[in-house]
Amino acid sequence: MSNRKINMKEKYRLLTRDLDWEYSYRDYKEIFPQEEFEGIKITDWSKWEDPFRLTMDAYWKYQAEKEKKLYAILDAFAQNNGQQNVTDARYVNAIKLFLTGISPGEHQAAMGFGHVGRQLGGVGARVACQMQAIDELRHVQTQIHAMSHYNKFFDGFQDFSHMHDRVWYLSVPKSFFDDARTAGPFEYMVAIGFSFEYVLTNLLFVPFMSGAAYNGDMATVTFGFSAQSDEARHMTLGLEIIKFLLEQHPDNVPIVQRWINKWFWRGTRMLALVAMMMDYMLPNKVMSWQEAWEVYFEEAGGSLFKDLARYGIEMPAYAKTAIAEKEHISHQAWSIFYNYGHAAAFHTWMPTEKEMDWLSEKYPNTFDKYYRPRFEKWREMEAAGERFYNPTLPMLCQTCQIPMGFTDMEDPTSTFYRQSEYDGERYNFCSDGCKDIFDHEPEKYVQAWLPVHQIYQGNCGGPSMEDVLGNYYKINLGVDNMDFHGSPDEERWNMWHNLESAENKLKRAS
Amino acid sequence: MSIEIKTATLEPIRHTFEHTKRRFGDKPASRYQEASYDIAPEQNFHYRPFWQPDKELFDKSRTAVVMEDWNVHKDPRQYYYGTYVQARAKLQEVTESNYAFFEKRGSADRMSEAVRAKIIRCLVPLRHAELGANMNNMFAFSYGTATVVNQGFLYNAMDRLGIAQYLSRIGLLLDGNSTESLTLAKEYWMTDPAWQGLRRYIENVLCVKDWFEVFIAQDVVLDTLLYDIIYRQFDEAITEQGGSDLAMLIEFMQEWHKDSSRWVDATLKTTVEESDHNRTTIKRWVDDWREKAVADLAPLAEIAVGDTAMAASLDVLNQRLAKVGL
Ligand SMILES: [Fe+2]
Ligand SMILES: [Fe+2]
Ligand SMILES: [Zn+2]
Repeated sequence: MSNRKINMKEKYRLLTRDLDWEYSYRDYKEIFPQEEFEGIKITDWSKWEDPFRLTMDAYWKYQAEKEKKLYAILDAFAQNNGQQNVTDARYVNAIKLFLTGISPGEHQAAMGFGHVGRQLGGVGARVACQMQAIDELRHVQTQIHAMSHYNKFFDGFQDFSHMHDRVWYLSVPKSFFDDARTAGPFEYMVAIGFSFEYVLTNLLFVPFMSGAAYNGDMATVTFGFSAQSDEARHMTLGLEIIKFLLEQHPDNVPIVQRWINKWFWRGTRMLALVAMMMDYMLPNKVMSWQEAWEVYFEEAGGSLFKDLARYGIEMPAYAKTAIAEKEHISHQAWSIFYNYGHAAAFHTWMPTEKEMDWLSEKYPNTFDKYYRPRFEKWREMEAAGERFYNPTLPMLCQTCQIPMGFTDMEDPTSTFYRQSEYDGERYNFCSDGCKDIFDHEPEKYVQAWLPVHQIYQGNCGGPSMEDVLGNYYKINLGVDNMDFHGSPDEERWNMWHNLESAENKLKRAS
Repeated sequence: MSIEIKTATLEPIRHTFEHTKRRFGDKPASRYQEASYDIAPEQNFHYRPFWQPDKELFDKSRTAVVMEDWNVHKDPRQYYYGTYVQARAKLQEVTESNYAFFEKRGSADRMSEAVRAKIIRCLVPLRHAELGANMNNMFAFSYGTATVVNQGFLYNAMDRLGIAQYLSRIGLLLDGNSTESLTLAKEYWMTDPAWQGLRRYIENVLCVKDWFEVFIAQDVVLDTLLYDIIYRQFDEAITEQGGSDLAMLIEFMQEWHKDSSRWVDATLKTTVEESDHNRTTIKRWVDDWREKAVADLAPLAEIAVGDTAMAASLDVLNQRLAKVGL
């Protein structure tokens, strides 16, 4: 028998598409009951272009090699107590935020891609989503393993999963993923596959992973490098889903545009946490949030949307607002967390003089004018032994769930505030973007589990802050929370480093 | 001396995460434990799914079986992503060299036309059944509640896609890449009376709404019968007919089935033993699907092996079920 050569594309088709068949004992709609209710029109699944061609044998082999290398480094990191090599113990708070806020999102993404990986009618799309599902499971698990060693030496990592379900600021990422997961399969794909993984991913992962690289965090940076090729696959899938939906039917265009508007805004709001992490929590700065935003959204996103214009897709609504906010958002978010530093599961602090100067330089239009005076006042209060904590409970935006504290970009000294009425009740919003999202689907957003409302309703362990923070959130009071200065984290860090210098002295002496 | 100081002062402040500590005690936990137990969200869900507004995300009522705590399950293989892909990478390495050897040796040409035709008729169409198994396991993954249970379904789903791809490659090895075998196999799958029962069974399972019932219908009942008929009995029959080299091509499926069965048995056992309610519910599903499977698979068993094949594999299934008292 002489063997014919089959090209890669044809072979991949035979190994995926060709496995499918036309059902005749049961109806297509019984097997894929979720394909129509969103109003998306699919005329021909065979037009789906495979974003990557990876058969399972190659997947196992390739991923196993990556895992082997990753775990070898994590083992070495633990053995050598690599946690001592980070720039400064304040840094570790950035990865506490990551493990409690982002890693559970990876888990949600795994479930979501698994769900669409079953529910989409096209086998090519299903298989691509399934591979992303298992990749996302990889991410949550490897992140837990990368942080596992930090958890043994720092406070605030220890109950990440319990906290994610309950703590007030973690409801920002949690509600984001819940929102996407409860949407139909196509909206999920536009929300997570495209808006998140394609448009905004570089503003989430690059800051954390580069932050790790700049701050001596071998464990996180190794995870980041290892996940890079997974993310490259995810981005191609995100782009394909958009092109596919837009090419399938012109009626899909306005639906997709609305989803892009919504998920761009929702994503941007969630990124406020990343913005403050970059500008305030990294002892060694990578670049400012504003710079990252300009490179990864304004330039990269700008050319992407230019590209999509031929389908009739426009820049997301409120992109202008988001662009105006780039000079403010990190300072405002950090102020909120500094205010509520007693209610967070990580430490907050005021920037040093040198760090303030860096902020002035990076934010010449805003920092000295709006934020420095406030921060200097807080620093003085701290020096006088009266570290400022805000004892009240904040009002939350009904959509993004961030405390209402962002200001009007026309007048950066006054808080932006919108309201809607639905079914006789009033709801509050931090922005026009959040109000629009609510107004389009009020019956969805009235369901939000708003942490502050829940506290008032007595659903969070009791009436006192101790009940809520200690018993319900399981924050170790006086240990995980409050200012970094005076924290057990800081104390241990100083102890290790004095010890190390004593050791060095010994070494030099001998 | 410095070493002494170091161990004394770099004493960890805790051994593991709180969720593993609550479950397994205050001691270092394994990577399997830290990454598998209690990491799925459990409460305070924000919105109800548009696609199923009567339930929450991670709603436990998506199956009729009830566990006080789904996190009491354990995969005896202790697979988390890293251990899973590494185990499969090993198996695929062996498979790759088997397939290369089969090709180098010219094994396809050494088989008689009749043997090749029989493999194309009785084995290669399973590539479609495996895609169905992939979808069914993906379904269970996406509707289960505890990661320690769910991840097993995700691994199983990806395995089934891999097996469907190996089966397709078997076709291509037998037809010298002309793809005729795959076309033929699909025709059998769509129209051959011997295959219609299995296709009907799979399409029926694709419509089941209870994810644990899907597990019973697919991974417990169907896979036990089908893997016994094809990968044990048909393998023996084809060897007798001079097709012993087929063994090289299906070693993956045989090894995989052994591996996967450890997880299937453990998942079944823990759930059945939880309560009489679970036992009765699962018993009902087993009876139901077993009856259908025997009727649906008998024609295939007959042409693949002979008229005693169905009864023999039914014995295997019944013995397996008896171990968990079903
Ligand atoms: Fe991820
Ligand atoms: Fe991703
Ligand atoms: Zn908002």
